[in-house]
Amino acid sequence: MLTILMAILIPFIAAILIPFIYKFIPRINIGWFVLVVPILLFIGLVRYVPSVAAGETYIKTISWIPSAGINFTTYLDGLSLIFGLLITGVGSLVILYSIYYLSDRESLGHFYVYLLLFMGAMLGVVFSDNMMVLYVFWELTSISSFLLIAFWYHRKQSRYGAQKSLLITVTGGLAMLIGFVMLYAMTGTFSIRENIAAIGDFTNHPLFVAALVLVLLGAFTKSAQFPFHIWLPDAMEAPTPVSAYLHSATMVKAGIYLVARFTTIFGGEEVWFYAVSGIGLLTLFWGSLNAIRQTDLKALLAYSTISQLGLVMSLFGLGSVALNAGVSSDSILYTQATFAALFHLINHSTFKGALFMVVGIVDHNVGTRDVRRLGGLMSLMPVTFSIALIGSFSMAGLPPFNGFLSKEMFFEAMLMMRDFDVLSIRSLGTIFPIVAWIASIFTFVYSMIIVFQTFFGEHQPDRLDRKAHEASKGMLIAPSVLAVLVVGIFFFPNIIGNYLLRPAMAAIYPTFLDVDQLTPHISAWHGLKNNMPLLMTIGVVIIGFLLYISLHRWRSLYSVGPMLWNLDTLYNWSLKQMESSSTAITNYYMSGHLRDYLTYIFGFFLFAVGGSLVLLGGFSFDVSNDAPILINEVILVLVMAIAAVCIVFVPSRVTAILLNGVLGYSIALFFVIFRAPDLALTQIVVETVTTALFLLCFYFLPELKREKSVRSSKILNGIIAISAGVLVTVIALSVQGNKLFDSISIYFENAYELTGGKNIVNTILGDFRAFDTMLEVVVLFIAGIGVYTLIKLKARKGERDVED
Amino acid sequence: MKTNDVILRTVTKAVVFIILTFGVELFFAGHNSPGGGFIGGLVLSSALVLLFLVHDIETVQQGIPVDFKKVAAVGVIFAVGTGVGAVLFGAAFLTQTFGVFHLPVFGDTELATVVLFEVGVALTVVGTVVTIILSISEDV
Repeated sequence: MLTILMAILIPFIAAILIPFIYKFIPRINIGWFVLVVPILLFIGLVRYVPSVAAGETYIKTISWIPSAGINFTTYLDGLSLIFGLLITGVGSLVILYSIYYLSDRESLGHFYVYLLLFMGAMLGVVFSDNMMVLYVFWELTSISSFLLIAFWYHRKQSRYGAQKSLLITVTGGLAMLIGFVMLYAMTGTFSIRENIAAIGDFTNHPLFVAALVLVLLGAFTKSAQFPFHIWLPDAMEAPTPVSAYLHSATMVKAGIYLVARFTTIFGGEEVWFYAVSGIGLLTLFWGSLNAIRQTDLKALLAYSTISQLGLVMSLFGLGSVALNAGVSSDSILYTQATFAALFHLINHSTFKGALFMVVGIVDHNVGTRDVRRLGGLMSLMPVTFSIALIGSFSMAGLPPFNGFLSKEMFFEAMLMMRDFDVLSIRSLGTIFPIVAWIASIFTFVYSMIIVFQTFFGEHQPDRLDRKAHEASKGMLIAPSVLAVLVVGIFFFPNIIGNYLLRPAMAAIYPTFLDVDQLTPHISAWHGLKNNMPLLMTIGVVIIGFLLYISLHRWRSLYSVGPMLWNLDTLYNWSLKQMESSSTAITNYYMSGHLRDYLTYIFGFFLFAVGGSLVLLGGFSFDVSNDAPILINEVILVLVMAIAAVCIVFVPSRVTAILLNGVLGYSIALFFVIFRAPDLALTQIVVETVTTALFLLCFYFLPELKREKSVRSSKILNGIIAISAGVLVTVIALSVQGNKLFDSISIYFENAYELTGGKNIVNTILGDFRAFDTMLEVVVLFIAGIGVYTLIKLKARKGERDVED
Repeated sequence: MKTNDVILRTVTKAVVFIILTFGVELFFAGHNSPGGGFIGGLVLSSALVLLFLVHDIETVQQGIPVDFKKVAAVGVIFAVGTGVGAVLFGAAFLTQTFGVFHLPVFGDTELATVVLFEVGVALTVVGTVVTIILSISEDV
């Protein structure tokens, strides 16, 4: 059976192999090889479903950095299984779709490597129990999303969208990291499960609410919640399969996952409820309101995704009330909201994935996604139309599609807020169902826009770039599968309920022992009596229909007053401000004079090191243990001093370099005197090579010119130079006087027995401290590559700036 | 300007081999006496630098058609690889070991895995030093 660790690693391994396959088997579309990966993973994960549904969880720990509490712990329970299935399931369909969507001329190798990278990272997010590991995968999803949005990097908009999404999601990720560290500071463990067990004792800790807010920031930025939603519409510059996969079905749901996972930790807190349900509701409303005014179908879907994510988020907020109220028969009611959230999460992935693929097909075949130019495609693209109809009506919450079921449950949960008296908001609770209802009306309107403005009305062939025709069969498979699911889930919702949602509920509410109570029976028909949700749906349909009919009359409202206030403008403005002010600051101190930089360096050195010496009273000279100073040492020091002083005054560079060499070789002589042959040898060779290097560099420089500087700055430089020299001397002397630590040489005394080497210096380098040496080697290599690239790849004069 | 460097050229021809031999000697001596990967690599690269100084770059590269960036990369792979290799044998990262083996010509010889690690160090040093010097001197 597929282990969870393998499930995370396989996409990464495949990502490494793909470039080779791409290069050596160019005849077959590389997508077919990639497709195998998510399908295998999906099958592997499906085999876990029965045992997880029976209440089992799988945990496996691999020690990584145990001393820091960071271990690679994979954890599979109901919640992560849902996400795992979504990631691999939708992933398979999207890859199948992209094989037909992307042309062979695109750099498919890159595309699929990024996609696999994303898949692995996303599986890592949902299957990791350790928060640090989760964080790493979390940021990796942001990075792969960045790469995928910028896939068509020659477009300026793509680069803009990629940068925007990266800046916003990574900033949120950093906030989340701080939140994780705070949790660690409280409970002393990075494990989510151990945190769940331990957090009860820390709810009054001063860091608790701060950690809560920071973790939420991470979730909100990732899941495009208001006011961070602005990155998602710009992310639509990505190829459509990417939008369908990352920016509607999986990555944006990572934030939802985080909220679901951490509900168990933070859910009892009032702030959590207000933040999650409040922001969720606001996002739901704002997203649906803005979706209507979009003319680009993909932008419309982006706003609708924002809105639907808000819906799921607000439901999780309501569900957390159950934890606040404690275990009782009343509070079990509130868990229904979480159940609805999970259910809608799955439904949303099915219908939104299908819709994105439909829009991709339209764009691909007709050459535009602008609803003003589209119309009358129904007879030309019948299958595409059917899928669009199913997806849109499900999104609008109509039967017989799965969106209807979860929308009803959503209304029901919201209505519960009317007689909600747990957190003392009473009358405020009425706002919840009203906002939810209004947002649903807007949702209905934009769902209708997708169907009717694209497929009905007048066909305008002269306004289209290409002649409209039905998509190829292969391209239709993936959205058809999703459309079948949309209908299938409506008729058999309880399969999902019992096998997927039930264990997930158990994972979110571990304190509620009776899982059966947590999983209500999903039914489409609740009877007429007291069926407020159904009445609300009917209201949505009637008012939504009227609004859609009269759309042309009130659309102009979007251009009045407050609707023009734009968060994007704010984002662009602050980005520009940041750039210009940081340029100003940098230009202020980066004068281009080496002398100034040395002043900063030595000034800081004097301030930091000298200052701490004074503060800590580190001046204590103890010369009693020192060896007597011999005459040859005095002579060497004199030679060095004379050479050093002369460097400043010699007229030519070559002389200066040679004098510098004198210094180096004298140091080597000191090593010889103090019986350190290794060091002496190294010093001599290093000195030789660097002198040659200097000579090479200075060969191209003009004659040395006397710098004319003002007297006052000369004096200042003199003071800094002399005090830096004095400070170094003082440190050297103080080191002898302060023995704070025991000698560590006992570690190396058995060097010969342990390593078989008689040269203790090299046994330290190669055995005892091999890690340091290895990193030094790596750093040396990086420095070499850095020098090479800086010199070779610098922009030639008159070369075009590649940025635009 | 054409410099008259006949003496330097003639001496170099002999000296380069002496330096190269010395570098290899230092490399292997490192286990029990002064020397080692870093210093061995430096000496080797100083010999190459001498060649570059005396002859022009094109001539030397015709004689030694090696991409020194790759040499450095191979070195890093060696250094990190020995660490990973230890993990494959179930030991902690970068664990080194040694043993005495009976070899046909050398008799009882001590072989240590640390040599592989030091090979990595030496190659990286050679590759990086030569890469830096070449890229600076080519940049006219």
